[in-house]
Amino acid sequence: MAMVKSRNIGSRIFNVANCAFFALIMIVCILPVWHVFCASFSDASWVMNQTGMIWHVEKFNITGYKLVFADNNIWTGYLNTFIYVIATTVLGMFLTVMAAYALSRKDFIWANPLMLIISFTMLFSGGIVTLYILVTQTLGMYDSRWALILPNCMSAFYLILVRTALQNVPDSLEESAMLDGAGRFTILFRIMLPLIKATLATIILYYVIGNWNSWFNAMIYLRSPDKKPLQLILKELLVDVNSSNANVDVSILASGESGDAVLYKQLTKYCTIIVSTVPMFIFYPFIQKYFESGVMIGAIKG
Amino acid sequence: MRKNASYLSNPAIQVRKPRKYTWDNIKKNTIRNWPLLVMVLPALAFYILFHYIPMGGLWMAFENFKPKLGIFGSPFVGLDNFMDFFNSAYAWRTIRNTLILSGLQIGIEFPITIIFALLLNELRSKRYKRLVQTVSYMPYFVSMVVMAGIIVDFCSTTGPLAAMVGAFTGNTENLLGNDAYWRPIYVLSDLWKDLGFNAIIYVAALSGIDQTLYEAAEIDGANRMQRILRVTIPGIIDTIMIMLILRIGQMLSVGYEKTILLYNPQVYETADILSSFIYRKGIQEMNYGYSTAVSLFNSVINFVLLLVANAFSKKYTETGLF
Repeated sequence: MAMVKSRNIGSRIFNVANCAFFALIMIVCILPVWHVFCASFSDASWVMNQTGMIWHVEKFNITGYKLVFADNNIWTGYLNTFIYVIATTVLGMFLTVMAAYALSRKDFIWANPLMLIISFTMLFSGGIVTLYILVTQTLGMYDSRWALILPNCMSAFYLILVRTALQNVPDSLEESAMLDGAGRFTILFRIMLPLIKATLATIILYYVIGNWNSWFNAMIYLRSPDKKPLQLILKELLVDVNSSNANVDVSILASGESGDAVLYKQLTKYCTIIVSTVPMFIFYPFIQKYFESGVMIGAIKG
Repeated sequence: MRKNASYLSNPAIQVRKPRKYTWDNIKKNTIRNWPLLVMVLPALAFYILFHYIPMGGLWMAFENFKPKLGIFGSPFVGLDNFMDFFNSAYAWRTIRNTLILSGLQIGIEFPITIIFALLLNELRSKRYKRLVQTVSYMPYFVSMVVMAGIIVDFCSTTGPLAAMVGAFTGNTENLLGNDAYWRPIYVLSDLWKDLGFNAIIYVAALSGIDQTLYEAAEIDGANRMQRILRVTIPGIIDTIMIMLILRIGQMLSVGYEKTILLYNPQVYETADILSSFIYRKGIQEMNYGYSTAVSLFNSVINFVLLLVANAFSKKYTETGLF
């Protein structure tokens, strides 16, 4: 009896400590965002002179946001990001779905050899330099929007996920559709795709998030400011100022006078972070479930 | 009756599995399945153009490549580019830094992720567990650039992290300018961003463990620690092993994104890794042949490591990537 009781006490202490531990983890996860959030609504000169963590909003105002929203760069960035995300996702999904279907058919003699050719690219790569030369020199896509859309519109991994999902659709469905005279395209788009909606939704989600967050290709392939996606503009604004090879983009501050520019620099940075991250956070609760299922289908295959 | 006849005359259904790759089979099957071939061709073109042609471009590693002369016209230099790299101080520095970062990721981030999942599994309240999960993988949705922006801000002389470190060392400095802090910053920010998300796979594996095992263990008098050691861990050991083996297979392929965003010449000594070095030499300094040589070296090692890891994985867990 005493044994059981002491075990319960130990167990209880563990439970409390465990709960406290996770409370701490959650605080650590939120703190950086909280810091940025509070700072973005605070007084510019207070923010500039603040050292260390910002815990609360000081003299609530939205001056920083007004400056950010008045800046055309952010809007151009948003628009470009939308273009790249939509174009890459639509094109990529179209190619992926068609190829995955063909490669999932057991009676197609080319399925396995072609799958091997495509899978091999996951194991061995030509590296970024040769791809860069191909895109910029051979294909002449330097500073072209296509350079951000074409080279990374497909992923062998996603193709395998779709292929696996299609393989799991019972053959009888396709056979009966064929008896009714349906062609391959009709079968794919009318019968198969509606059956694997969950997988498709997950992969579309990965496409959208991956492309929304992508900045590297834009940095190496683009020059024109009017083609830059949001993340590249953010990079120039938030990160480059601190590195030695800084190529400081201060156009965001052009609206203010020079004295104000220094004053609002820090504040507008915080506001830009919030403005650029809020869309993801708004969608986050809705897509969380798909994200988890995405990890799972990936894991089963992997 | 009619349906049956059309079933037999429909060529796509008659033969389901062509086994042998004889010339005759290939020809017949291709003609019959031409719509499938049409469907896969755009993707094939994509992979040839953006994957196989760049692989062929690796020939640049053996050339003093000049864009004007092209890959066929540039002078052949044999292994000079490789010798240049391996005889320079960069080789050891980048390989060492890559391996150390990988080692830290495997030695620190990997076990912490598992411990995180195990402790999460011990939470009694379903709701609280859900809340922790939701909050802990929120940072995963913050873009790399924004995270880098926050790191720059936190590590600057007026930032909270610099202030914290300054309280211990008595010297408030920009942490990103001191190469001693590079690796801690790298690992901690990895954890902040990915811990919750990477734990999903273990959390899922844990929820797949048969609950009756716990009940049986409890009846047998196993305490909490014993239950974790004897039931929980054996239940997810396969998942752990395969993740570990695959991670080891990627030892030399640490991504460049975070490094390129945050490093600067002051911290190259600890920050510069193979992938960032290839980017800097190849794309920034346009030293094409040389950087391709480094890239080829890196790709070959990655390939071999992955094959070895996969073989191990197949042998010990009966599952592999391929």
